Amino acid sequence: MLELVNVSKRVGNEAHIDDISMRLERGTLNVLLGPTLAGKTTLMRLMAGLERPTSGDVRVDGASVLDVPVQRRNVAMVYQQFINYPSMTVYDNIASPLRLARIDAASIDRRVRRAAELLRLTPFLDRLPLSLSGGQQQRTALARAIVKDAGLVLLDEPLANLDYKLREELREELPKIFAESGAIYVYATTEPSEALLLGGNTATLSQGRLTQFGPTIDVYRRPVDLVTARTFSDPPMNVVHGTKAGHVLELEGGGRIPFPPELADIADAGYLIGFRAHHLSLTPSAPDSVALSARVNVVEITGSESFVHLDYAGQQWVMLAPGIHDFETGRIVDVHLDIHQLIIFDHTGRTVAGHERVAKVG
Amino acid sequence: MRRLRWLVPTIYIVFLLLPIYWLVNMSFKTTNEILGGFSAWPQNFTIASYVEILTNPVWYNGYISSITYVVLNTVISVAVSLPAAYAFSRYRFLGDKHLFFWLLTNRMAPPAVFALPFYQLYSAIGLFDTPFAVALAHCLFNIPLAVWILEGFMSGVPKEIDETAYVDGYSFPHFFVRIFMPLIASGIGVTAFFCFMFSWVEMLLAKSLTAVAAKPIAAVMTRTASTSGYELGLLAAAGVLTIIPGALVIYFVRNYIAKGFALGRV
Repeated sequence: MLELVNVSKRVGNEAHIDDISMRLERGTLNVLLGPTLAGKTTLMRLMAGLERPTSGDVRVDGASVLDVPVQRRNVAMVYQQFINYPSMTVYDNIASPLRLARIDAASIDRRVRRAAELLRLTPFLDRLPLSLSGGQQQRTALARAIVKDAGLVLLDEPLANLDYKLREELREELPKIFAESGAIYVYATTEPSEALLLGGNTATLSQGRLTQFGPTIDVYRRPVDLVTARTFSDPPMNVVHGTKAGHVLELEGGGRIPFPPELADIADAGYLIGFRAHHLSLTPSAPDSVALSARVNVVEITGSESFVHLDYAGQQWVMLAPGIHDFETGRIVDVHLDIHQLIIFDHTGRTVAGHERVAKVG
Repeated sequence: MRRLRWLVPTIYIVFLLLPIYWLVNMSFKTTNEILGGFSAWPQNFTIASYVEILTNPVWYNGYISSITYVVLNTVISVAVSLPAAYAFSRYRFLGDKHLFFWLLTNRMAPPAVFALPFYQLYSAIGLFDTPFAVALAHCLFNIPLAVWILEGFMSGVPKEIDETAYVDGYSFPHFFVRIFMPLIASGIGVTAFFCFMFSWVEMLLAKSLTAVAAKPIAAVMTRTASTSGYELGLLAAAGVLTIIPGALVIYFVRNYIAKGFALGRV
């Protein structure tokens, strides 16, 4: 069990990590989700012991490890860049942490070959890392992290520099590899979809602060505040100001829509209304979804779906519409909003009510 | 115009090579022939000068002591600069940038400025007239240069490699020798080359800090010329032999130097 207790890291006057406490259990996969510069890498370096927190404590199984040098922390780390030892063969690269642990040659050989098998590196064991493709280099780095049987494995955006196909491939393999060991896995990513695919727990970070930590799907469905919701939405969460008046929600820009009845017991006041791109649609998605008129700014087509960027009374929204749509810029379209998916934030950004509902079949 | 394109480089190369050719030419002549007339190649070809240099201890000891202090200096410079350059490349500390620049200012003064203090300091501790005296004196110029070159190469290695090694369990010395030095091998090669060359061609300190026992070849050449008249053939042959080590070293590190230039630190 790894515990961070009120950990802060300041460099000069800047807080890179601001008072983070979290507890990671053995055998779990924990995703650190946040945009670039949110503090993901710094947090990992603090967990690894490569950096010392300015204040706070890092504990493994209850005992502080602040004074334990990184060499004796029993951690493994994989970076976004493909980091291997260029002067050693792939075999020696994978074997190097085991050799340092003074394990006998026979079991080193067995473990290296098993890790190589798992990551499909067997044909390349005698090659030098720089003669391999990016994906193979990163698999070598992953093999080196896995072979060690470390108690804590830190993966810092390990797939970010790989091409699309390899990412998909490794992303499928990684959870299987994780499942095999009882280690604590920490996986940093900037992409909400990656966090959702990996499952486990997610910690959302923003500007060095931990905004929420819990089971991935819970954090996604019930963000505690707007910052978390924004961090965990791609395309970005759509937001509009609105005022609740009884059973009516008056949107900034003139729209009047029914207030979601299941949330109706909150006080009448001004709120921030958030909803995700896929809760807007061109055709009514639920019997009581409401139509709003918005102007098309630009359409991004990915193939199976289109991201339609809209302007609603000065607010920039994104709609995810299945299929290819080719609206010219400036056209006014009717979009339908599923009011049961609204998340209501107060003016400070805290969630007041609402969460994303589980899809119903039929 | 196009047909004359070869002309300028050819003139340039002839200009560069002519003195070297003339030196080689003279080294195979007798002193009488050199003084007697002007000929583009030796009329009485002789290798007597070379035989004299390679058999007479006064001569070849000059080479031995030169090579001794040059190698000593190269080893000391590289060994001291490796950790220094690593610190400049990896750590931020108070005044690091100023210190880094200050290193370079050591190269701005002419060596002659330091001849006198070195002479007295080394005499005081009994280092005068030893290869160590010259080797240490040359460090004044070579260590700053070596630190600069090595820092450039080291900064080209991502610091994540260092951290990965520590995470894997490497201690710092083990990591440095086993992982890091192979990565900057070409940088070490280039650095050693520059230290070698500067130390090899520097004459003033080398002459002032030695008397008899550790006399460098450059000093031997001037002295021989003054005592036994003008032995020009002998001097030419000694000159040729002085060029050879440098040429050999350049040949071996020529590819690395290109890499050093590409990194912008040579």
